[in-house]
Amino acid sequence: MSNQSMIEARPLPAKKRRSISWNSREGRSVIYQVVAIASVATLIWLLVRNTLRNMRERGIQSGYDFMGQPFGFDVSETMIPYDVMSTYWTAFSIGMLNTLKVALIGIVLATILGTLIGVGRFSPNFLLRKICYWYVEFFRNVPIYLQLLIWYIVFTEVLPSFEEAWQVGHFYLSKNGFSFPWPVWQLGQTLALIGLVLGVVGSWLYARKASKHFDLTGQQRPVLLVSLALIVGLALLGWLAGGAPTGWSLPVKGDFQIEEGAAFSPEFSALLLGLVLYTASFIAEIVRSGISSVSLGQHEAAASLGLSKRQSMRLVVLPQALRVIIPPLTSQYLNLTKNSSLAVAIGYPDLVSIANTTLNQTGRAIEALSIVMLVYLTLSLITSALMNWFNASAAIQER
Amino acid sequence: MQQTYQPIDARPMPGLSTGVLAWLKTNLFSSPGNSIKTLVVLAIVLWALYGAMGWTLTNAVFGASLEACNSLRGIGACWGVVTEKGRLIVMGRYPDTEHWRPVIATALMLGVVGISCMPRFWNKALPLIWVVMLVVYFTLMKGGVLGLTEVPTDQWGGLPLTVMLTVVSMTMAFPLSVFVALGRRSNMPAIKTLCTLYVELIRGVPLITVLFMASFMLPLFMPEGVQIDVLIRVVVGITLFSAAYMAEVVRGGLQALPKGQTEAAATLGLSYWQTQRKIVLPQALSMVVPSLMNTFIGMFKDTSLVTIVSLYELTGALALALNADADWRPFKLEAYFFITLIYFVFCFAMSRYSLWVEKRTAVSKVR
Repeated sequence: MSNQSMIEARPLPAKKRRSISWNSREGRSVIYQVVAIASVATLIWLLVRNTLRNMRERGIQSGYDFMGQPFGFDVSETMIPYDVMSTYWTAFSIGMLNTLKVALIGIVLATILGTLIGVGRFSPNFLLRKICYWYVEFFRNVPIYLQLLIWYIVFTEVLPSFEEAWQVGHFYLSKNGFSFPWPVWQLGQTLALIGLVLGVVGSWLYARKASKHFDLTGQQRPVLLVSLALIVGLALLGWLAGGAPTGWSLPVKGDFQIEEGAAFSPEFSALLLGLVLYTASFIAEIVRSGISSVSLGQHEAAASLGLSKRQSMRLVVLPQALRVIIPPLTSQYLNLTKNSSLAVAIGYPDLVSIANTTLNQTGRAIEALSIVMLVYLTLSLITSALMNWFNASAAIQER
Repeated sequence: MQQTYQPIDARPMPGLSTGVLAWLKTNLFSSPGNSIKTLVVLAIVLWALYGAMGWTLTNAVFGASLEACNSLRGIGACWGVVTEKGRLIVMGRYPDTEHWRPVIATALMLGVVGISCMPRFWNKALPLIWVVMLVVYFTLMKGGVLGLTEVPTDQWGGLPLTVMLTVVSMTMAFPLSVFVALGRRSNMPAIKTLCTLYVELIRGVPLITVLFMASFMLPLFMPEGVQIDVLIRVVVGITLFSAAYMAEVVRGGLQALPKGQTEAAATLGLSYWQTQRKIVLPQALSMVVPSLMNTFIGMFKDTSLVTIVSLYELTGALALALNADADWRPFKLEAYFFITLIYFVFCFAMSRYSLWVEKRTAVSKVR
């Protein structure tokens, strides 16, 4: 009888030697990284040293202390009041608000126009299809800078003077810009706005609840109707609570310009028009490729399940198309915001042109440019964070 | 009861399915709503065309005559401004007598770019052709040797400058972008962070701030006594800017490549660089040629911004030609339309090429 003996346990694996050697992959990667960091650090150190010495030699002052001094130049368009004592902080805030204004209005308009044209590429009507196609080809193949210059000339030279302004109802278009009626702002409008915001938040919450309910039970709730009722109802309620004001400020021809109402200056109008028409051509392409990326089988499968054309569009095609559309759409929104910096060429006081004036007045190039870059970087990061969040909710739920 | 055989009537002839009428019916008048749309759109188009025709052709002045132009202001276009100033707009401030040099140099550059677009010429001689082309280009443009008079870079301008800025900065940005894209996918944290920072920082700011930096801040960065020509500074700025965008395009291509490819390469014992050079990059890059082309078109358009830092490329040369001349300045719009056409022709041709490449790669994927 053989005595079965256990074999001994294998020894512990030898402890990995952690030495930095050219022969191991880890070792090489450590060396590469140290070299990379060291060379970038050296480069930065050299640049800083050169810059400091150059500035000392040329007698250029540095520092952000100038921001507290009065800026003393005229800004043609501002959303916040300023006077002779206003500091450069105010000037940069004016510029930033102006940039945000043109970017936000531009994004909304470009999205609407771009979507219409993108969908128009699928129209059964030959003429519409071709017009949308040539719109896209034309506007995206000409530099935005040139387009802005052309619109600026159109607004400052081609359009009639304000005496002979083109008029449709209470809307005026002339060398003075674009004038339109605007409600006289009272308590009622403020309350209506608050109601509107509350309505949007409320309907968003309701839509979320309804979608959860749908996932659990398969029963649909009338999301669209309830949302509309919430938004319109709350806005109306706010308006009524504020005494239902109905005053409109209508633009009229004055002696020297078109008075009253609200107006977009020629610079703003040219910038907005140029940015919207240019960006819309890119958005149209994005929408088109998004819709055509949904395979025909999906439409057919939806039809065979008995979904109506609208249902199949809303429940099957759009959710899938959006997944393709949203990431490039985000970068178009960012592009529009960044392109608004070309305002410097047509005299709209956006952030870059304020910085440019500041730079010429104070000579603080590095400081002025660093503020501009910081603002744009922050805007980019916020936008991409928002869009990533939306994108994550639209993305395929993978295992 | 007896039934007699009653043939049923033949079915009616199918509706027209070929020919002009059938095409009109399916594409323009398929339904009442569609017909209304067609008529409304047609009316608007015809009205707009009629108005545009009057201004651009029938009432327009084509000769370089100021009186004729002034008398028809607001009624007809003054294409005479192109006849009169066209040469200055296209060539910029380059000396009049030497115009043959930028013409030849630019034609050569465009020719080499053209043959680089044809897959038939994608071989080892191509980089050499590029080097020769660049040497000849800068010799011709700059002069100072071989009996050519020297033309300082601040006199270069117009279309040759636009083409040169695009081609040279894209050529330099391309290799840089490949390294940055590889760096962003590297598993070394430090290198990955550096590359990500670079791409995100550059993509977060507008080109105009980069150009401002190149023009105002680069001189401050330089060691004592070193002065860099503004043209070089701008080329460096555009290169760094476009490299960040191209790196994202290249990274897209790298991501689309199945992991099995690198694993198979590792099994064969290829090193990292061998894998990238022989396996990964050829496949990834050929996938992203259309998107690279789009970046190229974008840069071609964006060179128009260098006007803002006083380089007189096509758009800048136009301002240069007209702002100094009070007689012709009122006809700037016509001149703008002229260079719009130039930009459009170039960009449209490039986008057609990009479509062609896309179709070609789609065909090559079918087995």
